[in-house]
Amino acid sequence: MFWKPSAGSGVPIYLQLMEQVKHAVETGALRSGEQLPGIRKMAEDLVINPNTVAKAYRELEHEGVIELRQGFGAFVTKNGAAAESRERRRMQNAQVVVKGAADHLAALGLDEQQMRRLFETEMTRLRESSGREK
Amino acid sequence: MDQEPVIVTRELRKVYGKISVIDGLNLEVPRGSICGLLGRNGAGKTTLLKMFVGLTRPTSGEGRIFGLRIDRSAERIEIRQSAAFVSEDKMFPGTATVAEIIQFTRAFYPRWRSDLAEEYLRTFDLSLNTHAGKLSKGARCRLALLLAMARGADLLLLDEPTAGLDPAIAEQSLQALVSLAGQQEITVLFASHQIAEVEQIADRVCMIEKGRVVLNDSLDELKSSYRRVQFVFESKPPAAAFENAHEDGRTLSLLVKRNPDEVVARGTSMGAQSVDVAPVTLKDIFLEHMNGAGK
Repeated sequence: MFWKPSAGSGVPIYLQLMEQVKHAVETGALRSGEQLPGIRKMAEDLVINPNTVAKAYRELEHEGVIELRQGFGAFVTKNGAAAESRERRRMQNAQVVVKGAADHLAALGLDEQQMRRLFETEMTRLRESSGREK
Repeated sequence: MDQEPVIVTRELRKVYGKISVIDGLNLEVPRGSICGLLGRNGAGKTTLLKMFVGLTRPTSGEGRIFGLRIDRSAERIEIRQSAAFVSEDKMFPGTATVAEIIQFTRAFYPRWRSDLAEEYLRTFDLSLNTHAGKLSKGARCRLALLLAMARGADLLLLDEPTAGLDPAIAEQSLQALVSLAGQQEITVLFASHQIAEVEQIADRVCMIEKGRVVLNDSLDELKSSYRRVQFVFESKPPAAAFENAHEDGRTLSLLVKRNPDEVVARGTSMGAQSVDVAPVTLKDIFLEHMNGAGK
């Protein structure tokens, strides 16, 4: 269900793992109440640092996606599953917008790298303008 | 006590003749972390690891492992019980068999884990009856890792642990390492030229250059704080206005730690026509620091 994160992508591995877990919940690969692999098992399977897995799990718990039960492991919460399904609808709607933009940019002849950079620049602009309002 | 770093050095120095191989090095490695030690050839990585286990002595400065001083022989003996060192050369007596080498080694370590030793024999594809002289370079690496990981050490100091291993065996070795880290609390400091493997299993990165630490931080922190910013100007870019900026024609690119927004705003106010901000990899950060130190 989980695949090896890409180490050289520039995105911290714990964030990649969090995305994978959320995706698994969104797609229904993991349902409410179901258990995630233990920290050691996950670290072994993906060949990543157990501290990184623990960090991803803690963050997911903080976001309410999973629940850590001492000595038993990590489980998908009811709220997590429900929130993820709301999130899934929201993301599906957003996906349509992004897809339209990406198609448009591709038609203009931009490559993947260029699109990525433009997106990153816009993110910075958003952060900058929200910083100014504060 | 638990918060005390496993490795602490203050102004550590090692001089060979007139050359300071380690030149006032300050380092802390927190308990339970897997720390990748990066640096160019001759940066002092091997000397540093050897000093930690007493194979070579510091000229001056202070170094502590589990609070024990590396310059005192009585404390060094204690350090060697809890810290395992795997050197780059990995030599064994040629006439001894793998089984004999394992028996010999385990006698020194009361916390030897026979279960792990057997598991590693299988995963590393080592046969007990092989004479060490007949082992390939890769097999010697695997045997050295087995001995270090099965002895119940709390600290592993590894010098290029996967050098000479094929990618499949290298991945298995890393897997054995993260699995061990998941079972018991160990701290790992490993020197490597494989930036990808550091990115994969380390949670901290330490870069050294000319015997000094140029960067020591959490890997997640590094990845979230560094960005590559590139500006395009109408004419010659105002390179002097930015520190460590690379000028190339009308473009100016720089690696920014924390707050790319401020740099972007500055570039825009100076008339940049176009701005790109992109995430960076550990390799980018490494090259930037090595180039900076070479200037």
